[in-house]
Amino acid sequence: MTGPSVSTDPLLTGDAAGPEAPPRRNGELVFEAPWEARAFGLALAMAQDDADGWEAFRGRLIEEIAAWERAHPDGAEDWSYYERWLNALERLVVERGLLSPERIEERMREIAVHQEHEHDHEHEHDHA
Amino acid sequence: MTTDSQTAYAALRTKAIESLLIEAGIITTGAVDDICRAYEEDIGPLRGARVVARAWCDEDFKRRLLDDATAAMAELGVGGFAAERVVAVENTDAVHNAVVCTLCSCYPWGVLGLPPTWYKTPEYRARMVREPRAVLAEFGVQLPDDVEIRVWDSSSDVRYMVLPMRPRGAEGLSEEQLAGLVTRDSMIGTGLPIAPER
Repeated sequence: MTGPSVSTDPLLTGDAAGPEAPPRRNGELVFEAPWEARAFGLALAMAQDDADGWEAFRGRLIEEIAAWERAHPDGAEDWSYYERWLNALERLVVERGLLSPERIEERMREIAVHQEHEHDHEHEHDHA
Repeated sequence: MTTDSQTAYAALRTKAIESLLIEAGIITTGAVDDICRAYEEDIGPLRGARVVARAWCDEDFKRRLLDDATAAMAELGVGGFAAERVVAVENTDAVHNAVVCTLCSCYPWGVLGLPPTWYKTPEYRARMVREPRAVLAEFGVQLPDDVEIRVWDSSSDVRYMVLPMRPRGAEGLSEEQLAGLVTRDSMIGTGLPIAPER
């Protein structure tokens, strides 16, 4: 009979940190990019000890997904679950008055400039 | 698929929001790190697999699980975030259960870890309700015509997990070995447990 050997299954050896660890076990990447994991962790961190906050986030996530589906009735190819997630998170922090959209835009520009500098710096080193 | 510029923009936006929330003292970097690590490494479907294996070995536990899954799982220390109210549905020779969330992606994270990518796609969420038999066949689960398929729609109030049937030929395996046969997909209903080696 084929299939994974029972004795070496990572679920049994308890080697949960290995490369075959679950949730990736069925050959599926949980996150397609690092920012998705951060966006995921951000929403959960905000929701810790705050059930209302979680419900508020979840309600916005449902709206964001539904709005995307209405705008893309044929299921366009650029579907990204975590972009909807991020939209919901941004709306939550803005609508709760925690951050302003202008402040977020400004910080994005600051980080972009900073990353540009770092990139130039690395570039110089490449040629040193 | 998303484009590179879409991804770069989202990454930038995530960073901006994270750094501002940290500055404002609303969250800490450590809290986000801990959560990401826990869900990527610690909370896999292993917890759910332990629950299923116990139910296969212990009829009384199985009855408690089907009666009140949240309480029964708490006996094993399984639960936590997004697992406040879990309902376990049992597969039999006559009934095969499968789980979907038609609204978004409700999923018992505390039991099964992070939902797989396909669970969150509009396609799965729509088709699993409309044509479950065809979708299951695409996952490699071919069911006889006389097996009834029940599709359960998870919500924020109730999250479902499937109690799959114990595979034939698994007699004599320990509870721990049995847990190794329980795949994530078998607890969503889009897969079956691994057949034991003979």
